[in-house]
Amino acid sequence: MTGSDVLKTAAQLRAELGADYHDKLMEAIYTDASTIADRSISHDGASEHLTFDRALDRALTHPVLGFVVMGLMFFGVFWLTITGSNIPSSMLADLLLGTVYDALHNLAAALSAPAWLSGVLIDGVYMATAWVVSVMLPPMAIFFPLFTLLEDFGYLPRVAFNLDRLFAAAGAHGKQSLTMMMGFGCNAAGVVATRIIDSPRERLIAILTNNFSICNGRWPTLILMGTIFIGASAPPVLASAVAAASVVTVAVVGILVALAVSWGLSKTWLKGAPSVYSLELPPYRPPQILKTLYTSVIDRTLIVLWRAVMMAAPAGAVIWLTSNITIGDASIAGHMVNLLNPLGLLLGLNGIILVAYIVAIPANEIIIPTILMLTLTLGGSQMAQAGVMLELEDAQTYTVLTQLGGWTLLTAINLMLFSLLHNPCSTTLLTIWRETRSRRWTLVSALLPLALGFTVTFTTATLARLFGWA
Amino acid sequence: MSVVVTGACETCPAYHSAALKKLGLNVENFDYVVALAGNPNTGKSTVFNALTGLRQHVGNWPGKTVARAEGGFAYEGKNYKLVDLPGTYSLLSTSTDEEIARDFILFGQPSVTVVVVDATRLERNLNLVLQILEITDRVVVALNLMDEARRHGLKVDERHLSRELGVPVVPMAARRGQGIPELLDAVAQVAAGRFVTRPHRIHQRDARLEQAVETLVAALTQEFPGLPNARWVALRLLDGDASIEQAVRDRTLGDLTRGQSVLPLPVAERIPLEVAS
Repeated sequence: MTGSDVLKTAAQLRAELGADYHDKLMEAIYTDASTIADRSISHDGASEHLTFDRALDRALTHPVLGFVVMGLMFFGVFWLTITGSNIPSSMLADLLLGTVYDALHNLAAALSAPAWLSGVLIDGVYMATAWVVSVMLPPMAIFFPLFTLLEDFGYLPRVAFNLDRLFAAAGAHGKQSLTMMMGFGCNAAGVVATRIIDSPRERLIAILTNNFSICNGRWPTLILMGTIFIGASAPPVLASAVAAASVVTVAVVGILVALAVSWGLSKTWLKGAPSVYSLELPPYRPPQILKTLYTSVIDRTLIVLWRAVMMAAPAGAVIWLTSNITIGDASIAGHMVNLLNPLGLLLGLNGIILVAYIVAIPANEIIIPTILMLTLTLGGSQMAQAGVMLELEDAQTYTVLTQLGGWTLLTAINLMLFSLLHNPCSTTLLTIWRETRSRRWTLVSALLPLALGFTVTFTTATLARLFGWA
Repeated sequence: MSVVVTGACETCPAYHSAALKKLGLNVENFDYVVALAGNPNTGKSTVFNALTGLRQHVGNWPGKTVARAEGGFAYEGKNYKLVDLPGTYSLLSTSTDEEIARDFILFGQPSVTVVVVDATRLERNLNLVLQILEITDRVVVALNLMDEARRHGLKVDERHLSRELGVPVVPMAARRGQGIPELLDAVAQVAAGRFVTRPHRIHQRDARLEQAVETLVAALTQEFPGLPNARWVALRLLDGDASIEQAVRDRTLGDLTRGQSVLPLPVAERIPLEVAS
């Protein structure tokens, strides 16, 4: 007898048993489980906690109130992150980009290091790394623990429950909302998390749309734009609330885009009905605050920061070199900017922003420093030597961008939209390839959001120009 | 069938805690492999962290762990490799996380499989326990979240449960570190064969079905002598499980009889822990 004989025997027996075999097996398992459980458990009256859990669930998963609470909860998290990280961010910037930067240059001068070497290492590698640390560490050290506390408490499955109906209507799997939640931390992690989805069709939809959850690398861009362009246009008392609201708005737009794209995919390339699944609402558990603080700061924050630094260091060298190596009448960066400028302006952005997005493929964290540096050098300002990424006060940043870069409110809004709608970072793309083993789908996952980004920014730019807003 | 204790000293938790050496990521030269299985959100990662000293992120939502995580610990002079599997409700469906769990229990041949069970949702959790008992004899049930069960006014008789299932049942509140020493002891006993389990088998109430399983088990054991879980393989073949059929066809199933642990591709491609957490 060979393996295929065994399979033949199995097929024959299966035919004899009929189609209800699986149901009978499940029934046998369930009957046994229920008998054993009944015999082993005794109840001693109802408890307060259960009723408390139920009352809380009724509010948090209420069709209307549930969404209100959800909005308030996320608004609160971002507001705390924005207001809380301002001061530590500027303190870190003063230290790393002021004191330490000067000290390093003095050291280089004392060692009489050649200018190109100190340029690449200090103005390129060190500045990029220091900028990423000072801009990312404080918000992450606030955002991660807050998010983890919500997670520990058991709130995330309730969010998934609320969003479930929307995802089902879009022809996607309800568990996609959980993988999106992961994506708000890191899209690569979100893509791996789609393994919880059984059906390959729905899993692919979840993978392709995970990028519409804004990840850590993109929060800093949104927060800065929201603060200096949108928050600043409101009365000072409301500034940080308006800034937080603008960031939440972009995040919500991201969820809506994910739903719309899921719907489109499930009606075209990935046709099919949503599969049924059960979502467990775990009991609320009092969060273990100290433990959460420890694990989310040490494990989560530092791991993400480390990744960003590893990406920023080589990118810093690349930026410095491209701004300092001249071909013909301009630096390499200058040529690229000139080439992309017409397209950028058409999209309500500019060439510098597009170049920054090319440089930042490995890590979105370095978008803002790259933009500032290029704006200053190409704008001919004495403030920045070629290739030096600068940390400026918020007000100065605003001045530089509007006066030297010619930015308007439209540029800021479109940058926020483009930050949401563009190709995933290289780590995420690699993860998508590893999970799908398909070059085609990996390519789709890169080009689809990019095409959306071009369409949306082009539309807002055209509308704004038509109505004379920009 | 509760755990037999040999001396007064060993009943003291301090004794066991002192005997536990958390080895973190150092999993070289192990004597035993222990798999951690269970429904989602029952505290597998908490148990994993308590035993290995690692700090895998623990979330309060089902589906947090989707890849295998590995760590090590030493206890009473033996080194153990501990593998945290994705949480699953069943081993009968086809999502990738469930396949990772199932393939490891089936092909990885762990010395002991610890099934972490939520005491507040015993019936649903037992569905998985019963399926695992069909695959392997060497099981310890960690009856976790006993503190929550008490708060909800539930009493679980772990001795009765242990008699019914035929394997050790350890009541725990892993978040507070309660029951860890007892769990270690039960794992050590089952691993060393000092506790001989008599696992519960699912009662097939249909004679025809039982007959079919027996016929297929006979065919399987003839083809793959010494196959450790022929009964479960037979059940899956009757259900038309494509990946098990594949294992029969290309004879990777046969390698089990030579005592090697064969990990099929999806499990072998391990995703690094940083990405998964």
